Amino acid sequence: MAPLDKNDDGTPKIGKDPLEIPKLACGASADIHTFEAAPEHNEPLGFPGELLDNWKEVAIAKMGELAEKNRAFRVYLDTCVKCGACTDKCHYFLGTGDPKNMPVARQDLLRSVYRRYYTFAGKYFPKLVGARDLTKEVLDEWYTYYHQCSQCRRCAVSCPYGIDTAEISMAAREILDSVGVGQKYCNEIIAKLKKTGNNLGLNPKALRATLDDLEEDLEDETGIPVKIPLDVKGADILLITPSADFFAEPHIDGLLGYAKVFHSAGVSWTLSSYASEAANFGMFIGSYENMREVSWRIRQAAKDLGVKRIVFGECGHAWRVAYSFLNTLAGPFDFLDQNYPIPQHILEFTLDEIESGRLKIDKSKNDEYVMTFHDSCNVARGSSMGREEGGQFEVPRAVLKAVCNNYYDMDPDTIRENTFCCGGGGGLLTDDLLDLRVKGAKPRMTALQQVTEEHGVTHMAAICAICKTQFSKVMPKYGYDMDSIMSVHQLVANAVILDGQETDEADEPVAEEST
Amino acid sequence: MLSTLYAVLLYAATILLVVGVATKVLKYARTPAPLKIPVSPAPRTRTGVVLRMAREVLFFQSLFKSNKWIWVFGFLFHWGMLLVLLRHLRYFTQPVWWWVDLIQPIGVYAGFAMMAGLLGLFARRVFQERIRYISSPSDYLMLALLILIAFSGLMMKFVTPTDIIMVKAYMLGLMRFQILELPTTLPLLVHLGSVAILMIIFPISKLMHAPGLFFAPSRTQVDNAREFRHKTAWADQLPPLPETIPASGEN
Repeated sequence: MAPLDKNDDGTPKIGKDPLEIPKLACGASADIHTFEAAPEHNEPLGFPGELLDNWKEVAIAKMGELAEKNRAFRVYLDTCVKCGACTDKCHYFLGTGDPKNMPVARQDLLRSVYRRYYTFAGKYFPKLVGARDLTKEVLDEWYTYYHQCSQCRRCAVSCPYGIDTAEISMAAREILDSVGVGQKYCNEIIAKLKKTGNNLGLNPKALRATLDDLEEDLEDETGIPVKIPLDVKGADILLITPSADFFAEPHIDGLLGYAKVFHSAGVSWTLSSYASEAANFGMFIGSYENMREVSWRIRQAAKDLGVKRIVFGECGHAWRVAYSFLNTLAGPFDFLDQNYPIPQHILEFTLDEIESGRLKIDKSKNDEYVMTFHDSCNVARGSSMGREEGGQFEVPRAVLKAVCNNYYDMDPDTIRENTFCCGGGGGLLTDDLLDLRVKGAKPRMTALQQVTEEHGVTHMAAICAICKTQFSKVMPKYGYDMDSIMSVHQLVANAVILDGQETDEADEPVAEEST
Repeated sequence: MLSTLYAVLLYAATILLVVGVATKVLKYARTPAPLKIPVSPAPRTRTGVVLRMAREVLFFQSLFKSNKWIWVFGFLFHWGMLLVLLRHLRYFTQPVWWWVDLIQPIGVYAGFAMMAGLLGLFARRVFQERIRYISSPSDYLMLALLILIAFSGLMMKFVTPTDIIMVKAYMLGLMRFQILELPTTLPLLVHLGSVAILMIIFPISKLMHAPGLFFAPSRTQVDNAREFRHKTAWADQLPPLPETIPASGEN
């Protein structure tokens, strides 16, 4: 696990400081270009299949429409004073050194065009205020650099005016989609979800078969028939979880954790095959309509199954959409039990079980791990949990500390509201962007390296499907094993003792060792 | 002649400033925010948001956390300018309000603070390569204009005093739509002229950050989306989606 000295494969060198600012390297990531969508990916989303002949007029009109429909877009384009406070906040800038990855510069790619067509100064004095015409080169530049933004909002926290680059980046992608230039990864996935109910394209039969296997694993491990119900009408709780939880590691181990917690709590719950996806890629592409359609499936499934509550599994952007947008997009949820948060996060549920003493825990089961926690960006800056402000930081930590003995936080400038994106958020978790993803993970990996050196941290937990996939892919490039990333509910699953479960080796729950 | 010219300039600048800013602010206020997008640390209550905004406006809280140098210069400049502006109320009121008299001595030092802040910001824009990269000509000119205003003001105070009684009479006259005689010293003409330019460009420039700050949904929204359903007129007009799962399983 030694720090890398030289990177033959282009991975950035890990330094001492996760916030280390690189020298400007103009054009350093200009060639990182994610695959464009084909007509069959764009059309099911209501977008033109390919670049329109009159794309320029359509794009300019769309820009004006967004300024009318979205206050954030209009105000943020007007109020930036170019103070520079955000310039060193983006993980992709820190990782690549490309100045167009500085948040303000990224915004300016679009702001410069908006000024040209929609402001007095830009119409009559374009050179003076840095306004420019919309050309094909500009459009291509948008495509490149607005797909190097993971919409993590770290820059928005640092801005004196609250300017959120994520809003600009979403708008830019919406404009690109509206002229027929979509991103393959996002649009293909949304199209798949509209067909099958999840991003993977799993049909109900395949899903049930997968869950059967997992139930078997659970019974083998615990000796208890823990169920993972699907499409059970009349269940109390509908669990909406990212489809990665059905097949990817370490996501599956998180799903097993949810199942154990629900089993132990004795509640009736179910998954839905129709709404078998928590992630909502409609947000990534800035499409209100698509985001609404994806969200709406959850409402339909909840009504169809007659559930009383909705609980979300571990997924970062999904939780932002769920916590902040779901009520708006698919509400009102007057048909659900109003005594519980709508929707509720699985961590809120689990923490309640732990705090009430209903969940039996043997912390020592996680003694082989020395943990830290990666605050997923969209949970940290776009949502909350629990009853208190800042609950999105405290609830996961409270659960982690309740199920394992060894826990250390990373550098305060890299966690909580200052957390870094994993490097794969916002629709960038695709192999054609792997180079960018590795570079974007550098600040987080540096912060992790620090606690590894100082406290011997071996593993990092996360509550986002994207973070988990991203880290299991990029951590090996930074000298960590791919299973150094864990689900929070994986640790919960390890520590939970179910009623009637025989503990292996018949060892008594070990008295807590003082550290 | 010059008195009339400046009177016209100042009247025009005032009208453009007021009408321009009001138009923009109305536009901001009327543009809907379709979703709840408060950014952390996001208060759960309206009171919390008011306090948050107060900390932002009075102390530049987020800037303090994100960049100490910009904060120092920005803070000196803005607070210096505020005190200087308040001090200037003495040229528009007769008798002068007691609290304006009270800040009179501080107001003079505030002029230097303002100047120091502006020079610091200018230096950062020139020497810090990241900020230089994002700067347009207008960004330098804006600072230069403010420096000119501060410099000409300080000149009048400390180097070539202007007949301040006459200036005050002129301003009070303008407020009653009478054009009296304006002293014709160069620093004063530069001072008033550059202030008028600043007022004119205010609504069509990044100076709109001042009112715009209060319309940033990321900071002004209450974090209570689960408890209260946030709605927008245009979103309500979208075609309804089916309440139950369609037979085909596809939406």
